[in-house]
Amino acid sequence: MIALGLEGSANKLGIGLIQHPPGYGRDPTIRAKILSNIRHTFVSPPGTGFLPKDTALHHREWAVKLIKQALKESGVSWRDVDCICYTRGPGMGAPLQSVAVVARMLSMLWNKPLVGVNHCVGHIEMGREITGAENPIVLYVSGGNTQVIAYAEQRYRIFGEALDIAVGNCLDRFARTLNISNDPAPGYNIEQLAKQGKTLLDLPYAVKGMDCSFSGILASIDSLAREHLNPNGTPKNTDPPPSDPPITPSDLCFSLQETLFSMLVETTERAMSHVNSSQVLIVGGVGCNLRLQEMMGIMARDRGGSVYGTDERFCIDNGIMIAHAGLCGFSVGEGVVQVEEAGVTQRFRTDEVWVRWRD
Amino acid sequence: MVGSCMTFSDLEILAALSIRSLPWGGGNLMFPTLKYVYLLHTPSSPPPPAPPITITMSDPTPIKTLIKQGAEAHLYRTTFLTPSHPALLKHRPSKAYRHPILDARLTKHRCLSEARLLVRMRRELDRSRIISVGERGGGGVTVPAVYFVDEARGEIYMEWITGQTLREVLDQALLHTTPLTSSPPACPSTQQDLLYLMTRIGSAIAAMHAVHVIHGDLTTSNIMIRAPPPGAPGDGELVLIDFGLGAVSASDEDMAVDLYVLERAFISTHPRAEEMFKEVLVGYEKGMGKKGAQVMRRLAEVRFRGRKRSMLG
Ligand SMILES: Nc1ncnc2c1ncn2[C@@H]1O[C@H](COP(=O)(O)OP(=O)(O)O)[C@@H](O)[C@H]1O
Ligand SMILES: [Mg+2]
Repeated sequence: MIALGLEGSANKLGIGLIQHPPGYGRDPTIRAKILSNIRHTFVSPPGTGFLPKDTALHHREWAVKLIKQALKESGVSWRDVDCICYTRGPGMGAPLQSVAVVARMLSMLWNKPLVGVNHCVGHIEMGREITGAENPIVLYVSGGNTQVIAYAEQRYRIFGEALDIAVGNCLDRFARTLNISNDPAPGYNIEQLAKQGKTLLDLPYAVKGMDCSFSGILASIDSLAREHLNPNGTPKNTDPPPSDPPITPSDLCFSLQETLFSMLVETTERAMSHVNSSQVLIVGGVGCNLRLQEMMGIMARDRGGSVYGTDERFCIDNGIMIAHAGLCGFSVGEGVVQVEEAGVTQRFRTDEVWVRWRD
Repeated sequence: MVGSCMTFSDLEILAALSIRSLPWGGGNLMFPTLKYVYLLHTPSSPPPPAPPITITMSDPTPIKTLIKQGAEAHLYRTTFLTPSHPALLKHRPSKAYRHPILDARLTKHRCLSEARLLVRMRRELDRSRIISVGERGGGGVTVPAVYFVDEARGEIYMEWITGQTLREVLDQALLHTTPLTSSPPACPSTQQDLLYLMTRIGSAIAAMHAVHVIHGDLTTSNIMIRAPPPGAPGDGELVLIDFGLGAVSASDEDMAVDLYVLERAFISTHPRAEEMFKEVLVGYEKGMGKKGAQVMRRLAEVRFRGRKRSMLG
């Protein structure tokens, strides 16, 4: 079985083709085969975020080009495709819409069934497939979502989550404060700056059980930036010069990462302890961050467990995860929709999906 | 051995001990709040005529047995002062994954905050005289007595609670009963007992909120049920534990978030227990009196915010 996956819930347009060989799902040694996985990202200028309208336009412009390229790379014909999977939500309305229109069009053009996929479930299923983690606690961290998830009784249940803004959003917004580039991703550039950071500044640490709050940290790091940096990002010269070395943008990025990631690791550890699990899987764009993976690894090791992460091909939004999760659903009839009903929804909780393909 | 025939007051014992004679070396015996350090306390039956006792430090190196690796701490069963007095040692080890400065700050803060809140709860619950929660009687609500705190090492010695966590009780109960929503119930008496336990848990949380303590990490692993006295199954005293993330607050929002955290802990670990959580809220609302309805309204808001939150991929 072969599925085409279309993802466009935020600023990345991702197209992927996946194959589940015969016996997939029954025989654990049979793995899914990635036929192609390509992506094009809408990058907004430094200091700005991506707006729904511009992002939707970007997706419309690139969709056909990317689909053609994906089919070519995969070496399969559109005739071999068994279903077309698209992101139903959650995400930004306009970009989701653009991609859904493309999915409906292809479905009618090729006469293939349509499968609507929950974006978060896409991340989780792809992470499990790539890493082989069987029943891990999942930390899902991206620009729009921060969730600690555990599987029970055919649902991905949300244990803990961000009470206000998502962790990726916090990083992205601080990148705007520092006016650093959004290319390839604001979080990536913060990660590089943080490597040079030395001084740990005190930031609020807001863990409530398995939930986190990040808006207080953002406000606080923003005001530290105003206090220590000139508008052009260079350290302020104070008179008289301070005895300690001046605070640099790197120190700020370092402090921000250390604090945010400690909170994420801590809440994940709480969930692991609560359900007696020793595996962690990190998915979502922020999951690419090597410092986060390192911290999570140390925690898991101290609990006698291990951490599973993926690289940017699968962590960052992509089409292959939509194809994969869609195909898992398709095999049991979950998520299959008629063209007339193939809409999108900005709000779509991870735990709303009936994970019928798992025991 | 000592516990049942105490003739000294707690204060006298503490005064008799110099800090240096403690097997752990330094640390604080919570002196500022000395009278709330419940040492070897004797809960029930009046003491029999006491033979003169001598307290000797016969427990120079108490045996420590690791019983659990909790969410953030290591828990040991050990003894305190004498080899026959059981105690729980909660140690927050330093976390290698986080920056040492942040680690030291958090460990110290959590340790002190937990000890302070335990002491506060103990005092306030005592004052508000909640001896039983729920109509049908049954034990009240309490917290473990704090024996000894060494925040630099991240250690708290506290009363050993013989019993089970709510998590364990639910795991066992749900293994033996059919989902609560299905009728007819397979085993009504067990189900009724369970539902009653839920109401009592609601009242216990209300009692905590009534003295303006916010738990911060309410889960089914952080509520214990003391092994009930023989003849009164299921109605053992409720013991709230793990106050490291707690705070003092009287705001509706904080109380509602406490309930929201517990609700999700319930649903995510015991999907079939969803119905039971409603009973927790019934007990809570009743226990809170006038403020109950207010917190319930706030809880609805917090839930709504939760559902709304998942907006961006
Ligand atoms: N006073 C106590 N007596 C007996 N067992 C306890 C006591 N306190 C905690 N425990 C057990 O240890 C577990 C973890 O303790 P807790 O204080 O919640 O630590 P953590 O912060 O690591 O979760 C509890 O779920 C309970 O089973
Ligand atoms: Mg606990």
